[in-house]
Amino acid sequence: MDGSDGSLEPRRMVFVTVGTTSFDTLVRAVDTQEVKEELSKRGYTDLVIQMGRGSYFPAKSSGEDGSLNVEYFTFSSSIADNLKEASLVISHAGSGSIFETLRLGKPLIVVVNEDLMDNHQSELAEELAERKHLFCARPQTLYNIIATMDLDALIPYESGDAMPVAKLINRFLGFPDD
Amino acid sequence: MAVVIVIITVVLMSLVFRILYVIYWSSKPFQTKPRKPVRTLIILGSGGHTAEMLNLLSVLQADRFCPRYYIAAATDNMSLQKASVFENLLADKTGGKSGKTAEFMQIYRSREVGQSYVTSIGTTIYAVAHALLLMMKIKPEVILCNGPGTCIPLCAIAFFFKVLGMNWSSIFYIESIARVKRLSLSGIILYKLHMADQLFVQWPQLQRKYPRAHYVGRLM
Repeated sequence: MDGSDGSLEPRRMVFVTVGTTSFDTLVRAVDTQEVKEELSKRGYTDLVIQMGRGSYFPAKSSGEDGSLNVEYFTFSSSIADNLKEASLVISHAGSGSIFETLRLGKPLIVVVNEDLMDNHQSELAEELAERKHLFCARPQTLYNIIATMDLDALIPYESGDAMPVAKLINRFLGFPDD
Repeated sequence: MAVVIVIITVVLMSLVFRILYVIYWSSKPFQTKPRKPVRTLIILGSGGHTAEMLNLLSVLQADRFCPRYYIAAATDNMSLQKASVFENLLADKTGGKSGKTAEFMQIYRSREVGQSYVTSIGTTIYAVAHALLLMMKIKPEVILCNGPGTCIPLCAIAFFFKVLGMNWSSIFYIESIARVKRLSLSGIILYKLHMADQLFVQWPQLQRKYPRAHYVGRLM
């Protein structure tokens, strides 16, 4: 759709976010040659990684040789701006960043952290993947997911509604419906 | 000796009956209408939990659910800040004439991650005493909570107050949208012990698993 022929490509950024802790296995998986080449092949020009408290630092690259331009930072108070700018989001499985991304209507790959003790987080990502609102991956399957994903198959997420709970609470307490 | 045994038995029996009575009436909707505004305690979890709670508050009638008391864990700086932003927006909308309708408080955790079990006995006693004081001060009529663990001691105290006839409150627990297949530990405790008057879930498969829960669709 861009209609550009490579000389003055528009910026198409992939934003990776690990949230408030660390998720080195995700950053490592994104920082592999095969993943970066595949992203580049799919027309993405930039890779911005929010790496949190992780100790693995990805290789920075200015992208002058036609490869992906890679940047990273630890934390930022305005992840929202990165999400808004992104053409593709690769995120940890926290519900906050999942719904923030879906609400912006951005294509999303959620990567489940299998090292977490109480891993209920995969439940939400898998349910939403089944409903085709996002793609669900593990660090070791990330490349496969990127290589085979069809972004057109994603179904836009319709925001939920708190009215039904509010109504039930009101009724229970004896307040009239209005 | 026999007299003592009889007295203890009577006390225990009446306590059991009182608990059953409280559980029975807790699950029953109120009949009295119209009602006055209700003192509302809102227990904020963190991150996603707080976002879901604020979504609910944005559609609840602020003039019915007031005054509002917000409680978050002392280790969670963000939640109360988000709640105060929400309250400021609300005050702007209503012209700020409503006066003091919201208060923000922090609660101590009984045990921090990595703390030793010996010292945690002391901190637990301190945390419980602090929670008791807060609850006696707030005397909530409505408690809104959605996990994680912070809400359990407060709900237990609220239930204890109901049993003792000190203060009646309706406890509403909204399970997080992140729970698709199983309730969280907080959800299970409140469900199994009949401590929540109403327990809401956001996915239909959870309601099938826990039939006393109410399915309300997604909040996010």
